[in-house]
Amino acid sequence: MPVVTWLKRRLVVIAGLLTLAYLLLPNVIVTVFSFNKPKGRFNYQWQQFSTSAWKDPCGVAGMCGSLSVSLQIAVWATLGATLLGTMIAFALVRYRFRARGAINSLIFLPMAMPEVVMAASLLTLFLNMGAQLGFLTILIAHIMFCLSFVVTAVKARVMSMDPRLEEAARDLYAGPVQTFLRVTLPIAAPGIAAGALLSFALSFDDFIITNFNAGSTVTFPMFVWGSAQRGTPVQINVIGTAMFLVAVLFVLTSMVIGNRRNKKA
Amino acid sequence: MSTLTEAPPPLAPAEPAPKPPRRRGRLTPYWLLLPGILWLVVFFALPLVYQASTSVQTGSLEQGYKVTWHFATYWDALTEYWPQFLRSVLYAAAATVLCLLLGYPLAYLIAFRAGRWRNLIMILVIAPFFTSFLIRTLAWKTILADNGPVVHALNSLHVLDLTSALGWTAGDRVLATPLAVVCGLTYNFLPFMILPLYTSLERIDGRLHEAAGDLYARPWTTFRKVTFPLSMPGVVSGTLLTFIPAAGDYVNAELLGSTDTRMIGNVIQTQFLRILDYPTAAALSFILMAAILAMVTIYIRRSGTEDLV
Repeated sequence: MPVVTWLKRRLVVIAGLLTLAYLLLPNVIVTVFSFNKPKGRFNYQWQQFSTSAWKDPCGVAGMCGSLSVSLQIAVWATLGATLLGTMIAFALVRYRFRARGAINSLIFLPMAMPEVVMAASLLTLFLNMGAQLGFLTILIAHIMFCLSFVVTAVKARVMSMDPRLEEAARDLYAGPVQTFLRVTLPIAAPGIAAGALLSFALSFDDFIITNFNAGSTVTFPMFVWGSAQRGTPVQINVIGTAMFLVAVLFVLTSMVIGNRRNKKA
Repeated sequence: MSTLTEAPPPLAPAEPAPKPPRRRGRLTPYWLLLPGILWLVVFFALPLVYQASTSVQTGSLEQGYKVTWHFATYWDALTEYWPQFLRSVLYAAAATVLCLLLGYPLAYLIAFRAGRWRNLIMILVIAPFFTSFLIRTLAWKTILADNGPVVHALNSLHVLDLTSALGWTAGDRVLATPLAVVCGLTYNFLPFMILPLYTSLERIDGRLHEAAGDLYARPWTTFRKVTFPLSMPGVVSGTLLTFIPAAGDYVNAELLGSTDTRMIGNVIQTQFLRILDYPTAAALSFILMAAILAMVTIYIRRSGTEDLV
């Protein structure tokens, strides 16, 4: 039975591709429904092809405003978390100091904690301090949960770095600042970039912690959450599709550039 | 925050160094650690203390809350909300098992069988991350819609009869049932399973497979005796990365479920943001945290990969 053997040999491939389809199906639906013209308030049923949402992406009150809030928070959270996280990662790899175990668990715990627990406890802190909930409290929370991920990404890269490269730079009369800027930083850069990219994605897409600590500030995920109750405009799908395309293009370009560099080297 | 939570301890050289390091250099690690660690202490650890204290307070919104060591809140919360706790654990466990079953073949495919397609498939696994997960979760409302093709197919295959009998679905519907919530949870956390699995599979030396084959192991035996044991670190971290966020999630239960599928995250969210019963909410959140930390610790001990953390 050649068909059965053929199938048996490719069982893993078929199962894997089915999983991939499961992962991508919602993105296909989001894209297709960005061209829908729904009848009621909700965009869950296919009615008619239309490009009106693509022609007027900001036509929904408040949506593009929330998008810009999300972008601003993501940029600042990325900068803050990347800076603080990179500093911690260097300290952890390069220096000996007291309380290393406690510091390691303080960095690990936020990643092992359900988001809703961090969200709720942070809200109790803000309520107790009488802090005004809004942009700043969201930013504080985002830097907090992105930090650990940056530390992990940068640490992995710095750990695999050959310390002799820096020694060589020092032997060639480079000062500590020069060594750091021209040797250490360029080698650590991929780790830092990975941490920053992850922070941006995590912050931009965060809902649970933001939902607890936002006050009346509306980020893009919160806008989507609200519209799931009130009615989902087609423009949400337009933004979702555009984000997907931008991300894929970004990754493809960086891969092509990386490949070219590898070929040159 | 005027006081430092962590003063640099007195410096004693750990070992007789050949050259006495410069004073500034010895303090460097503390300066590097200070801002980030302070951030985590103030905005991660301190809130947990505040939450613990809130959970044993009594009072009302109008008159204010006082710490009265009222531990009965915990008992009341558990007796009232144990079904939601149980449901969270069951749904999260089901989603984790499904993620493992679905994710393993894909991770295996990327690691060993994808060839030149490896990078492209990798991008396709990661790319959905960049579209808001709420939008993608809402798309499941369309996929599982009552008159959609999926429900029609399941209905004509009499699958829904079986799942209704098991209590996973209700009548001819998939939406607003446990099955829809578990399906959403599985979908949302699948990449967190695939990536660690792929990382540990990719590290396996391909010659081990050949060696197993040379020793007359059939493919299934090779997998069971060589590949799977070697991928255990990925399995452990993947299941943790799936189970923990799934157990605390309330988005899938809210968007794809009904009042009968509410998880503990939903209760905490409602108590905190709508009912404003802070002590109960804090107690629930504390129980969730303790339960998950306990489960994770036992799991890591039993799977014997403590160096993972």
